[in-house]
Amino acid sequence: MLWTNIFAGFGGQGVLLIGQLLALAGMNEGREVSWLPSYGPEMRGGTANCSVVVSDEPIASPVLSMADCVIAMNTPSLDKFESCVNPGGKLFINSSIIEKKATRTDIDVYYVPCNEIADSLQNPKVGNMAMLGAYLEATKAVEVKSILDALLYKLGEKKAKFIPLNEKAIQMGAESIRK
Amino acid sequence: MTTVFKKTPILTDAILHYCPGCGHGIVHRLVAEVIDELGIQNRTVALVPVGCAVFGYKYFNVDSVEAAHGRAPAAATGIKRTDPNRVVFTYQGDGDLASIGAAEIVHAAHRGEKITTIFINNAIYGMTGGQMAPTTLVGQKTTTSPYGRDEKHCGKPIRIAEMLATIEGSAYIARVAVNSPANIIAAKKAIKAAFQCQLDGKGFALVEVLSNCPTNWGMSPVESMEWLEQNMIPYYPLGVKKDTTKEV
Amino acid sequence: MAKKLMKGSEAVAEAAIQAGCHYFFGYPITPQNDIPEYMAARLPQVGGCFLQAESEVAAINMVYGAAAAGARVMTSSSSPGVSLKQEGMSYLAGAELPCVVVNMVRGGPGLGSIQPSQGDYFQATRGGGHGDYHPIVLAPSSVQEAVDLMHDAFDLADIYRTPAMILADGIIGQMMEPVEFHEHAKRELPAKEWAATGWDPKSGRPRAIVNSLYIEVDELQELNDRLQARYAVIREKEARAELYHTEGAELIICAYGTVARICKSAITLLEKKGYKVGLVRPITVWPFPEKQLREVMDQPSVKKAVTVEISAGQMVEDVRLTVNGTKPVEFFGKPGSYTPTAEEIAEYIMKSMEA
Repeated sequence: MLWTNIFAGFGGQGVLLIGQLLALAGMNEGREVSWLPSYGPEMRGGTANCSVVVSDEPIASPVLSMADCVIAMNTPSLDKFESCVNPGGKLFINSSIIEKKATRTDIDVYYVPCNEIADSLQNPKVGNMAMLGAYLEATKAVEVKSILDALLYKLGEKKAKFIPLNEKAIQMGAESIRK
Repeated sequence: MTTVFKKTPILTDAILHYCPGCGHGIVHRLVAEVIDELGIQNRTVALVPVGCAVFGYKYFNVDSVEAAHGRAPAAATGIKRTDPNRVVFTYQGDGDLASIGAAEIVHAAHRGEKITTIFINNAIYGMTGGQMAPTTLVGQKTTTSPYGRDEKHCGKPIRIAEMLATIEGSAYIARVAVNSPANIIAAKKAIKAAFQCQLDGKGFALVEVLSNCPTNWGMSPVESMEWLEQNMIPYYPLGVKKDTTKEV
Repeated sequence: MAKKLMKGSEAVAEAAIQAGCHYFFGYPITPQNDIPEYMAARLPQVGGCFLQAESEVAAINMVYGAAAAGARVMTSSSSPGVSLKQEGMSYLAGAELPCVVVNMVRGGPGLGSIQPSQGDYFQATRGGGHGDYHPIVLAPSSVQEAVDLMHDAFDLADIYRTPAMILADGIIGQMMEPVEFHEHAKRELPAKEWAATGWDPKSGRPRAIVNSLYIEVDELQELNDRLQARYAVIREKEARAELYHTEGAELIICAYGTVARICKSAITLLEKKGYKVGLVRPITVWPFPEKQLREVMDQPSVKKAVTVEISAGQMVEDVRLTVNGTKPVEFFGKPGSYTPTAEEIAEYIMKSMEA
């Protein structure tokens, strides 16, 4: 099994974090993983993105030009990365703020209302977790529990009280793409 | 027979390479005597510069490290930080310290690095053959200021002791000269205070020593001592510029 | 020990501490700031010292001082900062002092970019500063390998009394991968009797003089002969390379660092199309793994080599020197900061093999 993923959005949307959670969860499930952020001036005010690979085999290149899955949290990210989805791959679009539709027809496209889900949970920060929920639902790349464990590791015990909120966002994201 | 004078054991038996009448020999002896009197030979490391004192490691009978031009305060920092119990001193000339190594000496002082610096100011680059230094006096002729230093062209000489005294991290800063017996006695007192400052962990200490360069000044040793008295001391006033070592 | 997901830069810093390096002198520059930041937090916890110097020039000279006093010490920087350290590197080499310098290479020349690059290969492997010397240069291609090579770098520096460099690109520094900090086999290391620590004449050891000044021609000759003899041993014993799918290959890619991993992905694409392509990945770029590469290239099946780099073609010179005209050596890559994709590499190789 090999999942190559590009998570993209603007700074503050938490795309680097959900990428890291996927890598951490994959590692804890005994897979090979890599997480590579874009860095530098392109991060300041523009789009942030990270490439995440989860694999059963040692990972050759952590640098992705094409990916099985692209997660686009804002319009510039969709514009930049839609063409990078491997044929037969998956594209996840934050439909709350991206008005466009995907133009590709050779891939599966999922529209996830991340901001609406976050708003309904009265916490604008968990839009990224809703997106991650949709991603996990579609790919089954790792277990939700592994993601929650990874989140607890990142947050630390002091912030453990936020776990149920994030779990809810993941569930709602998953539900949003169920037919 | 009674011994009335003995060479300090902190100087080796190597023959000094300095020119006849040069002040370096005097300063070497003063530093060595202070190390001997303080009983710190076994924990002292000398940092010698690039310049006339480049062979200092042959003369100071202590563990010695040759530093790159101007970098002795940084290298001294590396040595001191790996063991604060060491006594570390740099011995630098005016090209080394006041020109290429200006950043290193300022920041060693700024960090309050607990090292001692002996700074020889003879208003010229000696080893490279008498070029202009930042400390060269206005009007003074050198091989790179053949018409005399022109302040409009390259500024006025830099007063290192006064500058470093303004820095919070410096604890003891003095300027002395080695052109007369009285001045030499005062110089030794200042050098000892600068080492004591380090031993007491008070902060950065520097002694600027006005010295002569008969060869590159084109004078006899006696003339050079007089020239120092008449020209350097008025511009570079002697005395303790800063001493916070007595403060509690 | 459990695996930890760590950024390359932080993992390198932790590995250094675990290798017994308790002294770090550095100056901020992107993309390697995670190293000094990690050291600033961790070294006080282990009784060490982190100091932010006023410049890269000062930092390497602080390293020089600490190394002269016999301490395990390191600095890190990125290309423009490493240029400033070259004076000190030359003095360290000349004074036969061990230390470790990490270069998270970014694009150049000049201020360049902060993206990954391999444009510092010449500087690193040819010595960089003045005089006839080489640091040992290790080029990791994963975070785990960077961790393991840190231990090697300190040991090799001590054994051969030379600066050692970790030549990594910005990708290695910024990437997170799982790492394990396992126990490393302890090497027999020579005592540092030459260290300037303060001398007691009654101690029996000679007075320490750490120096690179040898004004007499024959004395300087002696130093250089000693260094060259040591380099010959390093060339003989320490050259390392990873061979990947080289058996029966018709074309050999030579690449190091992250680029080598992209080449592995390219090889997967090529193999699916029936091409027989292998990879020789130098782990030490100085010494260059001549023997390993020559053996692979001498296989009758191999028609040519292609070197892939993020540079205008630097390591390709070592590949050509090694192959020595027996087979063609081509170059693929761009100078600056453009990281080639696996698809681009595969396409070039296919065209090259069809030509």
